Amino acid sequence: MLSRTADHLYWMARYIERAENAARVLDVTYNMSLVPSATGNDADLWQAAVEITSNIEAFERDYGKPNAKNVIQYLTMDSNNPSSIYSALRSARENARAVRVTMTTETWENINALWLEFDQFLRKDLTVEGLSEFCDWVKSRSHLFRGVCFGTMLRDEAFSFVRLGTFIERADNTARLLNIKYDFLMPVQHQMGGTVDYYEWSAVLRSVSAFQAYQKIYSDAIDPVRVSELLVLRHDMPRSLHACYDEIMPIIEQVAANRQSETKRLAGELHAKLHYGKMQDIFQHGLHEFLESFIHSNHVLGEEIQRSFLSATV
Amino acid sequence: MQFAFNLINYRKIKSMSDTVDKFFDEMQAKVGDARAIYKAYQRWLKNVPTHQLAAKRAEAELLFRRVGITFNVYGDADGAERLIPFDVIPRLISSKEWAHLSAGVIQRVRALNMFLHDIYHKQEIIQAGIVPYTILSNPQYRPEMFGVDVPNQIYAHIAGVDLVRTSESQFYVLEDNLRTPSGVSYMLENRKMMMRLFPDLFRQYSVAPVEHYPQVLLNNLRSVAQSGVQDPTVVLLSPGAYNSAYFEHAFLAQQMGIELVEGQDLFVRNNAVYMRTTQGPRRVDVIYRRIDDDFLDPLVFKPDSMLGVPGLLSVYRNGGVTLANAVGTGAADDKATYIYVPQMIKFYLGEEPILQNVPTYELSKEDDLAYVLDHLDELVVKEVQGSGGYGMLVGPAATKQELAEFKLRILSKPSSYIAQPTLALSTCPTLVEQGIAPRHVDLRPFVLSGKTVSVVPGGLCRVALKEGSLVVNSSQGGGTKDTWVLERDDTAAEKPTNTSQAIKKEEVAC
Repeated sequence: MLSRTADHLYWMARYIERAENAARVLDVTYNMSLVPSATGNDADLWQAAVEITSNIEAFERDYGKPNAKNVIQYLTMDSNNPSSIYSALRSARENARAVRVTMTTETWENINALWLEFDQFLRKDLTVEGLSEFCDWVKSRSHLFRGVCFGTMLRDEAFSFVRLGTFIERADNTARLLNIKYDFLMPVQHQMGGTVDYYEWSAVLRSVSAFQAYQKIYSDAIDPVRVSELLVLRHDMPRSLHACYDEIMPIIEQVAANRQSETKRLAGELHAKLHYGKMQDIFQHGLHEFLESFIHSNHVLGEEIQRSFLSATV
Repeated sequence: MQFAFNLINYRKIKSMSDTVDKFFDEMQAKVGDARAIYKAYQRWLKNVPTHQLAAKRAEAELLFRRVGITFNVYGDADGAERLIPFDVIPRLISSKEWAHLSAGVIQRVRALNMFLHDIYHKQEIIQAGIVPYTILSNPQYRPEMFGVDVPNQIYAHIAGVDLVRTSESQFYVLEDNLRTPSGVSYMLENRKMMMRLFPDLFRQYSVAPVEHYPQVLLNNLRSVAQSGVQDPTVVLLSPGAYNSAYFEHAFLAQQMGIELVEGQDLFVRNNAVYMRTTQGPRRVDVIYRRIDDDFLDPLVFKPDSMLGVPGLLSVYRNGGVTLANAVGTGAADDKATYIYVPQMIKFYLGEEPILQNVPTYELSKEDDLAYVLDHLDELVVKEVQGSGGYGMLVGPAATKQELAEFKLRILSKPSSYIAQPTLALSTCPTLVEQGIAPRHVDLRPFVLSGKTVSVVPGGLCRVALKEGSLVVNSSQGGGTKDTWVLERDDTAAEKPTNTSQAIKKEEVAC
């Protein structure tokens, strides 16, 4: 298929996923701000939300010290923030519009309807109290988007690139979320078993819809090592890094079938680490280092996909 | 100069019955008396209440909107995407009329292709003194094409010839569109819609099918690939989603199963054109381009064009790719060249023209200019380079002020204009707000040239929806109708009879 078409489809999916992840981070941050804080400082919490999704320097330049109100504004409706939900949804729709004739009618109508509905939220000021409802809406539209792609698209290259966009973006977001939250929560690790600890780690789990999964798998107290295992190595946990690469790997094998390509090697290398990795080893070398390195490699793979399939190959 | 045919003074027309008297109507020879091919249709129409027709039209609009058959209107602030109004009453053309029209447009396009080959090679028609050499100073004449050989010597692979009718037997060619004629998607979609809305009428009439147009087009495009190419790759090059005809581009690409590309998708290397695909560069052999010459290649034409492909013309000139239509066809469809088409037919084919031109005044000639300025309120004045109904004056419909303003424009550059008498365009019954009323129509059949020259039986029928208006262009608020070319002029026995017989048989069987 045309590289340009694949590019639009890939980025459409990435932006939808990005909007969903921003909504998840905001939602969990808001919920954590409602329970007595471990550090006693709300600003840290909101700052972390900015750090996971975008750039803290850019934020401070425009808004100063982070608090609930300005972070919510920045991450939802701020058109100057390229990572805001507004910007992500707008980019998703623009990418879709550019290739609307090559996608199924249902997919296009779904994204167009999403944008029209979003307009309703734009018209009224988003209050702190209205945040949860808004985040739920973003999440459910993202679920719908994936569903309509899955349910209506021909299983051809177009579908492959849509899925690829979703999982490259999701892997990045899960890694960032865990990385920031882990740094943020580690100081209180010693009070293991306390109520605060329970709430904060359960909030992290809830943000990636993994709370119930945790209870079912471990049926035990919430422990940072297990939370990390669930979000990094468990292949059956849909937002874990391993699960994302279980999706990415066969897609890359398929689209790069006839070519020698760096993408295949990079994806294979990352997948092997997650597939054969052990949590003890990762912790021994430092979870933080592991996640930083993962985020970097995932980014390099994204650039390689861009270079090999989606843009100028003169 | 005096012309033999009917000039109409529109200011005298007061009522609709007047209109019917003054113009040839496709359905009624005289008021109340339907023409033979329309008899069955008129009987059917009498039994259908107007509100039911309106409901059918509403259903059609809903479906068109859902499919996305829309048209972008330039310079329209609010409606970026608009639906071209669709009329549910078809225009009928008898098999005999079509035989005449199709032979006429095919003859014309054959001559025009020979003319194009000639002016880019030996220029015999100029040496013979039939066409003046000034034709070569037309900005649409591309010196870059001189001496370039194109496959099968075909320049205008797709031509849209605009026809109008003024009486039972008189048709005129209004314009030959040889650059990137559009509208064929309406011919196809309108037919699909009519078959869905009125299946019973298709049982009565034997309407010639048009659905194979994309297949014929694709076969033609494949046949004009450079020799030696086994399985040519054909693409459709569009300016992109913001172009007024984008939906047609997407529609045709989809119907032919070829890639819809934009300039940025193509690049030139080693005297060949490639498209960028996820599986690497892929060679392109034939480009059905819906981009004007000026934007094709920024290295040769407009340097700031973002729509084209740098280096494309050089590959084209060297025979590395085929463009359809060829570069430089505009030299043959402009209104100053139009005048000479009947002579071209005689010169190249040794035949008499089957279809006539509208007599035309050239304002570069002093006598013609003087006459036109004196009779501005009777004439239609058009820009030589204009298209889409922009920059034209319909004298009888213009106000005093508009006439005065246009006079100044003509005087500032007379050679940019031609004038024609206001034609008494035929009317066709059309569903409008007040009910069914006659509205002016034209017809654009699409002539396809490859190894052979052919025309699909039908075309884009445009209708001026405003009462008395003669401008049918969609950019000026015109609508479209389905055109039924009949394979047999008689009609099958009507359906009600059939149905009642069928019921009786069943009763017997029970």
